[in-house]
Amino acid sequence: MRIETVLIILGMAVVTFMTRFGSFIFFRQTGIPAWLERWLKHVPTAILTSLIVPSLLLPKGELDLTFGNSYLLAGIVAVFVAYKSRNAMTTLSVSMAAMFFLRWLS
Amino acid sequence: MKRVEQIQVFGTDMERKEFWLAARESAPIIVGAVPFGITCGIMGVASGLKPLETVLMSVLVFAGAAQFIGITMLAAGISGWGIVFTTLLINLRHLLMGASLAPYLVRLPLPKQALLAFGMVDESYALTASRIPVAGYNEYYQLGSNTSFYLAWTLSTIAGVYLGGHIPDPLAWGLDFAMPATFIVLLVPRLLDRVSMVVCLVAAVTTVMADLYLPGKWYIIIACLAASIAGGLMGKRGSNNAD
Repeated sequence: MRIETVLIILGMAVVTFMTRFGSFIFFRQTGIPAWLERWLKHVPTAILTSLIVPSLLLPKGELDLTFGNSYLLAGIVAVFVAYKSRNAMTTLSVSMAAMFFLRWLS
Repeated sequence: MKRVEQIQVFGTDMERKEFWLAARESAPIIVGAVPFGITCGIMGVASGLKPLETVLMSVLVFAGAAQFIGITMLAAGISGWGIVFTTLLINLRHLLMGASLAPYLVRLPLPKQALLAFGMVDESYALTASRIPVAGYNEYYQLGSNTSFYLAWTLSTIAGVYLGGHIPDPLAWGLDFAMPATFIVLLVPRLLDRVSMVVCLVAAVTTVMADLYLPGKWYIIIACLAASIAGGLMGKRGSNNAD
């Protein structure tokens, strides 16, 4: 291993850890104000949406709202099955099957 | 020393159960994450990193997007400070995730907080935060999902490093769809009231806009800020209660 590369990797590790630990250290001192907690309650919903949307609507980096977009179609199937079944394995198997079927069609 | 630690990690049966439940619930998302880990290993070696350096990066940094960009920048000969600073920017979104878990985590002793913080990636955060409305916050659940993703990420990087040239492009398998599909299962039950639906809609629109025009993962930060502020303001008017 080269010393410079290892130092860069260590630097990346340190700043990444700081972003993960920073909020805990910060709020440990001050506590969390009520108004902020009211906002933070919505963070999981917002982040989940933000993680899902690009893989369905922009699978190749640009907006694709056509029937040729198998990620979007299989995603719609997943939303429907998730709503009806509330079950991860059911949703995953049905929507993955839809995904493979769509790929096989195209 | 090792044995003492293990006894401390699993004080009760309940804690062990939460740990393994998290590991099981992580499995579907791991199916989607493994192709990225393999790609990370392949990319590292292909970009001129030594096998050990590539694996070391996954072991110490444990951040998919930042590693992909870091490897690309290393290959392009960009200076160390530039790479470290870019890593910081890409990972700033963790501050928001940390803040949302802070009400539960600040009660834990500092070493435990540090350990749980180290393993907080997008996927394990999403699972941990989604468990809270169902069964409350549990540190062993978070530890179980962190550990699962850590093992999956490091082992799949190693696989990528050593299988490298011998396998076809792992991202062409279509397994990457497992990740959004699992997140959909976590998201749908959250959308039961009007405020949450608006939060989701605002996040979706800002994500698309920001992803189209901004580099990296900035869209997560922008969408998260816009949507949670919208939700917080709506909740304040007392029109609804998202709990």
